[in-house]
Amino acid sequence: MSALVIVDTGCANISSVYFAFKRLGVDALISKDPRAIKAANRIVLPGVGSARQAMQNLQQRELIESLQAVQQPMLGICLGMQLLTAHSMEGDVPCLNLIPGEVLPLLADGLRLPHMGWNTLHSIAEHPLMAGIDGSDYFYFVHSFGVAANRYSLALCDYGNDFSAVIAKGNVAGAQFHPERSGKVGARLLQNFMEWQP
Amino acid sequence: MLAKRIIPCLDVRDGKVVKGVQFRNHEVVGDIVPLAERYAKAGADELVFYDITASSDGRVVDKSWVQRIAEVIDIPFCVAGGIKSVEDAGRILEMGADKISVNSPALLRPELVRELHDTFGQQCVVVGIDSFFDVASGQYQVYQFTGDESRTQKTRWLTSDWVQQVQQLGAGEIVLNCMNQDGVRKGYDIAQLSAIRALCQVPLIASGGAGAIGHFAEVFQQADVDGALAASVFHKAVIEIADLKAQLIAAGVSIRP
Repeated sequence: MSALVIVDTGCANISSVYFAFKRLGVDALISKDPRAIKAANRIVLPGVGSARQAMQNLQQRELIESLQAVQQPMLGICLGMQLLTAHSMEGDVPCLNLIPGEVLPLLADGLRLPHMGWNTLHSIAEHPLMAGIDGSDYFYFVHSFGVAANRYSLALCDYGNDFSAVIAKGNVAGAQFHPERSGKVGARLLQNFMEWQP
Repeated sequence: MLAKRIIPCLDVRDGKVVKGVQFRNHEVVGDIVPLAERYAKAGADELVFYDITASSDGRVVDKSWVQRIAEVIDIPFCVAGGIKSVEDAGRILEMGADKISVNSPALLRPELVRELHDTFGQQCVVVGIDSFFDVASGQYQVYQFTGDESRTQKTRWLTSDWVQQVQQLGAGEIVLNCMNQDGVRKGYDIAQLSAIRALCQVPLIASGGAGAIGHFAEVFQQADVDGALAASVFHKAVIEIADLKAQLIAAGVSIRP
């Protein structure tokens, strides 16, 4: 049994996520095998690219049902977070439907897109995943789509309008930013995830 | 609030970081990984690695250092140089780079930008542009193969036209290197960057000319760029990133401390 499985979504940022956990002393298994995913203590769903392509990749790997049945703590990162919701307008594609919400183009109110760079969070919930993180910490974002603020938001980010920076429901959570590329505070979130007992 | 980015640029030749003045006379600055690590720890917001020989030599270069960087640093980084195809880009991204930047190959085959966009998403695709002010015509013109002085040549593109073209093709970010300013530390080309800013709906990164902390404040405040890239002032410790950031914050620029 692996402490952590990083789901091989066929997307681009898998090695940077792997190395980020390695820096925390966690040697993750990168796998697309449903049995390995089922046997893992924790699961990370990374993702960079488009929602349609990523859902196709998951379908080809016959991973959709496995991921929908996950009982362990699972963290989606960036596109991986968006895939946890019901539906994405990026390619108009149904997603895993583990956390209510819909992925829509960012309403950036005239600001430049993609939303690319370091930004702060606000409305941070009391939650084990957010321990030690406050409104002065900067996280690295790169995206043009997002999930609106809703009751599952653990933190919001303001870029023209508020959107969900972190969401969670039960054992499943997601971060819109890239904790693997967000310096010390990003590492803190990943460490929090490794200690999370939902 | 979204922070403006400070981006040290590491020119890479044969696995070493080098620095030239106006793209010439390269001298070795140091090894890639320790320098990358040092900048990340010092507060750099992002790093760019340019393999400056790749496009002009027409060879595929050894990029195994990309993975070594991905292992140690915890900030985003972009790799440029010799990426001519979706396959080339895929290998770099698999090794852990966050973005890939194309320059000469996009000029030779603009469709490359669209292919990269469609495969990896807009956020991965940076287009680097080397722009030179031609005094005779009074125009900014795009140059290619700038890594090799003997092959550097003017293209048919005016900089403003090429900026608009690559945005239509799906570029997610543009790095505008103002060649007249490169390496001379007299300040960024504010006039050109402001003009391009008005045409650029994606993030715009200023490159070429940083010599003092005041130059960074100027380019953020006057040209409204999203990031400022610099090499020699960091490599030669003319500017410490921590001092730079403290002074920019004091000047009211939105900066990640």
